Amino acid sequence: MAGPMNRTPRGVKSQVKNPGKLFVRLMKYVLQYYKFRCISVVLLIILSVIANVQGTMFTKNLIDEYITPFLLTDHPDFSPLAHAIVKVAAFYAIGVLATYSYNRIMVNVTQGTLRNLRNELFAHMEKLPIRYFDTHAHGDIMSVYTNDIDTIRQMISQSIPQLISSVITIVSVFVSMLILNIPLTIVTLCMVGIMVFCSKKAAGLSGKYFLQQQKNLGAVNGYIEEMMNGQKVVKVFCHEEENKKAFKELNDQLYISADRANTYANILGPINAQIGNISYVVCAIAGGVLALNHIGGFTLGGLASFLTFNKSFSMPINQVSMQLNSIVMAMAGADRIFRLMDEEVEEDQGYVTLVNAKEVDGQLTECPERTGRWAWKHRHQADGSVDYVEVKGDVVFNGVDFGYDPDKIVLHDVKLYAEPGQKIAFVGSTGAGKTTITNLINRFYDIQDGKIRYDGININKIKKGDLRRSLGIVLQDTHLFTGTVKENIRFGKLDATDEEVEAAAKLANADGFIRRLPNGYDTMLTGDGANLSQGQRQLLAIARAAIADPPVLILDEATSSIDTRTERIVQEGMDKLMHGRTTFVIAHRLSTVRNSDCIMVLEQGRIIERGTHEQLIEEKGRYYHLYTGNAISA
Amino acid sequence: MIRAILNEVKEYKRASVVTPMFMILEVIMEMIIPYLMASIIDDGVNAGDLGHIYRIGGIMIVAATVGLFAGAMGGKFGAKASAGLAKNLREAMFNHIQTFSFSNIDKFSTAGLVTRLTTDVTNVQNAYQMILRMFTRAPASLICAMFMAFTINRRLAMIYLIAVIVLGTILFTIMWNASRYFQQAFPKYDDLNASVQENVSAIRVVKAYVREEQETTKFQKASENIYRIFVKAETNLVYNAPLMQFTVYSCILLISWIGAKMITASTLTTGELMSLLTYCMNILMSLMMMSMVFVMITMSIASVRRISEVLNETCDLTNPEHPVMEVADGSIEFRDVDFAYQKDSEEPVLKNVNLSISSGETIGIIGGTGSAKTSLVNLISRLYDVTKGAVLVGGKDVREYDMEALRNQVSVVLQNNVLFSGSILDNLRWGDKDATDEECMRACRLACADEFIRRFPDGYDTHIEQGGTNVSGGQKQRLCIARALLKKPKILILDDSTSAVDTATDAKIRKAFREEIPDTTKLIIAQRISSVQYADRIIVMEEGRINGFGTHEELLEHNEIYREVYESQTRGGGDFDEKEGE
Repeated sequence: MAGPMNRTPRGVKSQVKNPGKLFVRLMKYVLQYYKFRCISVVLLIILSVIANVQGTMFTKNLIDEYITPFLLTDHPDFSPLAHAIVKVAAFYAIGVLATYSYNRIMVNVTQGTLRNLRNELFAHMEKLPIRYFDTHAHGDIMSVYTNDIDTIRQMISQSIPQLISSVITIVSVFVSMLILNIPLTIVTLCMVGIMVFCSKKAAGLSGKYFLQQQKNLGAVNGYIEEMMNGQKVVKVFCHEEENKKAFKELNDQLYISADRANTYANILGPINAQIGNISYVVCAIAGGVLALNHIGGFTLGGLASFLTFNKSFSMPINQVSMQLNSIVMAMAGADRIFRLMDEEVEEDQGYVTLVNAKEVDGQLTECPERTGRWAWKHRHQADGSVDYVEVKGDVVFNGVDFGYDPDKIVLHDVKLYAEPGQKIAFVGSTGAGKTTITNLINRFYDIQDGKIRYDGININKIKKGDLRRSLGIVLQDTHLFTGTVKENIRFGKLDATDEEVEAAAKLANADGFIRRLPNGYDTMLTGDGANLSQGQRQLLAIARAAIADPPVLILDEATSSIDTRTERIVQEGMDKLMHGRTTFVIAHRLSTVRNSDCIMVLEQGRIIERGTHEQLIEEKGRYYHLYTGNAISA
Repeated sequence: MIRAILNEVKEYKRASVVTPMFMILEVIMEMIIPYLMASIIDDGVNAGDLGHIYRIGGIMIVAATVGLFAGAMGGKFGAKASAGLAKNLREAMFNHIQTFSFSNIDKFSTAGLVTRLTTDVTNVQNAYQMILRMFTRAPASLICAMFMAFTINRRLAMIYLIAVIVLGTILFTIMWNASRYFQQAFPKYDDLNASVQENVSAIRVVKAYVREEQETTKFQKASENIYRIFVKAETNLVYNAPLMQFTVYSCILLISWIGAKMITASTLTTGELMSLLTYCMNILMSLMMMSMVFVMITMSIASVRRISEVLNETCDLTNPEHPVMEVADGSIEFRDVDFAYQKDSEEPVLKNVNLSISSGETIGIIGGTGSAKTSLVNLISRLYDVTKGAVLVGGKDVREYDMEALRNQVSVVLQNNVLFSGSILDNLRWGDKDATDEECMRACRLACADEFIRRFPDGYDTHIEQGGTNVSGGQKQRLCIARALLKKPKILILDDSTSAVDTATDAKIRKAFREEIPDTTKLIIAQRISSVQYADRIIVMEEGRINGFGTHEELLEHNEIYREVYESQTRGGGDFDEKEGE
C-alpha cells in the first residue's frame, strides 16, 4: 500500500516569508501590555551581565595586585584584599538580585502575554463567520492554541532573554578582552570563527535530516492513526501480518532519519566544547609566551582573566546562533497566530433589533420584561423614526441564489413562503441543499442573489445576533458543552430559573431520563455528552431550543440517528415544541414530514415539487417515488 | 514497568553500553585540561620554561581532540540507541496490538493507542537519550571535578563539597516542588484546550444561540485561572538561576580569600588556584544539569507507564492447541449463551440466548439501540468470548477453531466500518489478497458498488482517502460489503451496513445475495423493517434477550415489538430519504 506515503507530512514547519516583520509585530504585541516591565528586564539583564564581567576582572587583580605583591613581602597586609573582596561581593549581590528580578518579571510577562494571546484569539475566533470553520480543519485551528502558543512561550521566556544576555555578554567580554590584550583577542576571534563554521556545518546536516525525520514521523503517525482506527476491521479480515510488514517498513525508515538527525545534533555540543577548549589551549600557550617575555606589559594575572573570558566568549556565541534559530522557528507559529487574528470577522450591518413587546391601547410598544411577545424595532435611517413590527415568523424567500463558492451556485432561484405557525418540510437526497436553505435564514451564509424577508423585513437589515435569537435550531449533530445538564439546557436562555429548565426538559420528554442520571439536573457532562446516548443528547438539544422559546424553529434531521422506538419519544417532544411556531423541518422519516403544511422536494439545489403530502402523492412525481421506496438511483 | 521498556533495547544494547563510556571519556578529557593548565602556569610561565609550555600545550590539544572524538562518538551511539529503542518500542507495540482482541481494543480506545504509539514513544526516546548521555555525563563531571579539586587541595575542595550538598538539596527541593505544581497545572491546561476544541466543533450552536460573548467570557475566566496557576508554578523555578549564581560567586570569593592566604603561605600555587576556579564552574553546572535532567525524566515516567500497559496487556482470546482449520458449513447455534463485556459486571449484555440457524438461511435482526444486536453477532466470529454457554459454527464450538480460519469463513461488515487509504482495488483485496480484477468486480456488482465505481474517472483505481472521506456514506457501505464478499465466506454478517444506502439499492443488494450466494448464511441487522422483512426468519432483540424469532408474518401476528416497529414505519410510509448521488 502506497497510501500513507502520499499524505502531506504533518509537523514540518513551513518557512515564513518575512520573519523580521512578524518578530517586530510580536514584540509590539508584548510591549503593548508590558512596556515598563520589558524595559526593566533589559536593564536588569545588563546589570547582571556587567556584575558578572566585573567579577571575572577581579581574578586578574587578585593575582596581579594582591597575590604577586604578597609573595614579595614577608608580612603581607591582607586588609586591602578584604576590602576588594567586599567590593566584588557587593557587585555580585547586585548581579544575583538582578538575575532574580528579571527572571521573576519574565514569568508574568510570558504567562501574561500567552493569556492575552489566547483570550484575543478566542474572542476573535468566536466572531469569525461559519465559512472560516468550513474551510479550516479543526485540528489546524486547535494546533494554533496548543503548538503555536507553546513555541511563542519558549521564545518569550527563554530565547529572547538568553539572546539579550548573550549579546551583552559578547560585547562586554569582547571589550574586556581588547583591554587585556589585543593579539590574544585576535587569536580568540579566529578560533571562534572556526567554531561557528563547524557548528553551522553540523547544524545544517542535522536540520536536513530533521526535516526528513519529521516527514517520516508524519508518515508513521498517519499510518498508526489509520490502523488504530481500523483495528477492528483489521481483526475481522485477519490482516495483521500485512500490517506488521507495512509498519515495519515505515518504522525502519523513520529510524534511519531519526538516527542521523540526532547524531548530528548531538555532535554539535562536543564540537563547540572541544574547539572552545582548543581555543583555550592556544590562548594559554600564546599568552604564556607573551607573559614570559613581558611583551606589551602582559602579566600572569592578565592571562588568568583572559582565559576566563575566553571561556565565557565562546559560550554566548553558540547561544546566539541557537536562539536565533529557534526564534525563526517560532515565527512560523506567530505567523499562524496572527493569520487567525487577521481573519475577517463576520460583518453585521443590521440595525433592526429584537425587543420584548407588549400591547398598550392596541399599540405595540417596547418593554424591558419578558412578555412572551417580541417585536422588531426598526429605526428608519432616513428620519430616525422608530417602528415596531411584531415577530410572527413570517419567512419569505424570493429568487434566492446561493453558492458556498461564488462561482459554484448550489441553490437556484429558491422561492418559498412560510406563514406564521406553519410547518414547512424539506425533503430530498443528501447534498440537494436542504441544510443550506436553513443556514441562509439565520445568515450563517449570505446569499448571492434574491431576497429573504422575515416578517416583511429584509434579513440583511436585522442585527445578526437578534436574528439568530429569534430562531431556535436543533442541528443534525448535537453538540453539548462541558458542564451540568442544567447549564446545557440554560444555554438557550441564560437567566432561566430552575423551574423553567425543568419545564423545558419536560416539554422535550427529557425530564424522565435526566432524573435517572446520577446527579439529576446537576450531572456533569463531559466530552460532548459522551456519557449520554444519542437519543438523550438529542432530547437535551431539543430542551435547549425549547427554553429559548423562539418564534421560529429549524429542525435539521434532529432524529436521524435514533432508532424508531426511541424516535417516538423524541418526536412527541418535538411536536409539543413545534406547536404554534413557524417550523422548518428537514427529516427523512415520513412520520415527521407527513403532516406538514407544505413539503418542498429539493433536487440539485432547486425546488422541484411543492405541496401537501396528499397533493404530492397525487402528483406521482419525485416525492411519490421517494415515499414508496421505488426511487431510482440518481 | 521499566523492564518492559528495557526489554526492547535488543540489538541496541551495545550502543547503549558504549554511549555512557564515551561520555565518561569525554568528561575525563575535559577535566584534565584545567589540571594541565595549572602546570603551564606554575611550571611554565612562572618558572620561565617555554619548552614546558609547548609540551603541556601539546598534551592539552591531544586531550581536547580525544575529548572531541569521544563526545562525537557518544553523540552518535546515543542517537542510535535512543532512535533504535523508539523503533523497537513502536514495532513491539504495533505488533502486539495486532494480536489484541476486540475487548483489548475497547479497553484502550483508539485515541489512547495512538498517543501511546506516537507521543509517548517520543517522550521515552528523549528520556532514554538523556539518561545515556546527560545522566552519565553530569555526575561523572561532578565526580571528576571534585576528585581533581581534592587532589589539588583538600581544604579548598571542602568548600565545594559543602556548596554541592547545600545547593543540591535546595535545587532538588525546588524542582520537586515545581514539578508538583506543574503536574497540577497541566491537566487544567488540557481542560482549557478541550474547551477551545468544544467551541470549534460546536460553533454553529454557539452562533445559533448568539452565545459568542458568554463563551468568550467563560474562556477568559478559565484563561485567567491558567495564568495564575502557571505563574505560581514558574515562580518556583525563578530561584534556580540566581541561587546558582549566588553559590558560584560565594565559592569564587571564598576560594580567592583563602587561596590568597595559602599562596602567601606557600601551600598553594597560582596555577592551582586558577584550576580550582575552573572546577568550581564545572561542579556547579553539572549539578544544575542533573536537577534539570531529573525533572525531565520524572515527566517521562507517565509515558513509560502507558507504554508498558500496552506491552504487558495479554490478549484474552487464544487459539486452541489443536485448532480445527475447516469450517464445515454455515450453520450457527447458540446454547444458553450469556455474555458480558466485563467479566465482573453484574448485568450481562446477552442473557440466556438459544438459537439455531441452518446453513444458507437469511436471518434478519431487529431491535432498539442497546438491545445487544451487535453483541450477538460479534460472538459468531469469536470477536469476543461468551461468558457462559457456547456458540457453535458448522457444528463445532467457535473456540475449537483456528481464529483466522474461522474469521475467513465468517465475514462481518462492522457497523463502524472503515476504508483505508489506497485504491479501491487495494481496499477490496483486504478480503482476498489474491483476488483477480474480475473477482473484485463481481463482488462489487453483487454489492451494487460497481455502478458508482465505474462513474469515477479512475474507476477501480480511484484513490480512497484515509477513513474513506472522499466517498459518500452509502458508497462506503457498499464497498465494505463488497470487501467482505471477496472472502467467499460461509457466513456473512451485515451489522446495520446498508443504513445509508437507499431503499431501492438495498433491495437490489438483497436480491443479488439471494440469487448469487444462496448457500451462504446471511445475518442482517437493520433499523428498517424493509431490510429484514423478506428474510427467512427474523430475530427481535430486546434488552439482551431474544424477544421473538420467526417469519415476518408470524412475528406480525405474535410479536408486539415487531408489530409496533412495523406499524410506525409503514403507517406513515417507510424510511424516506434517499441518500444517493452525493
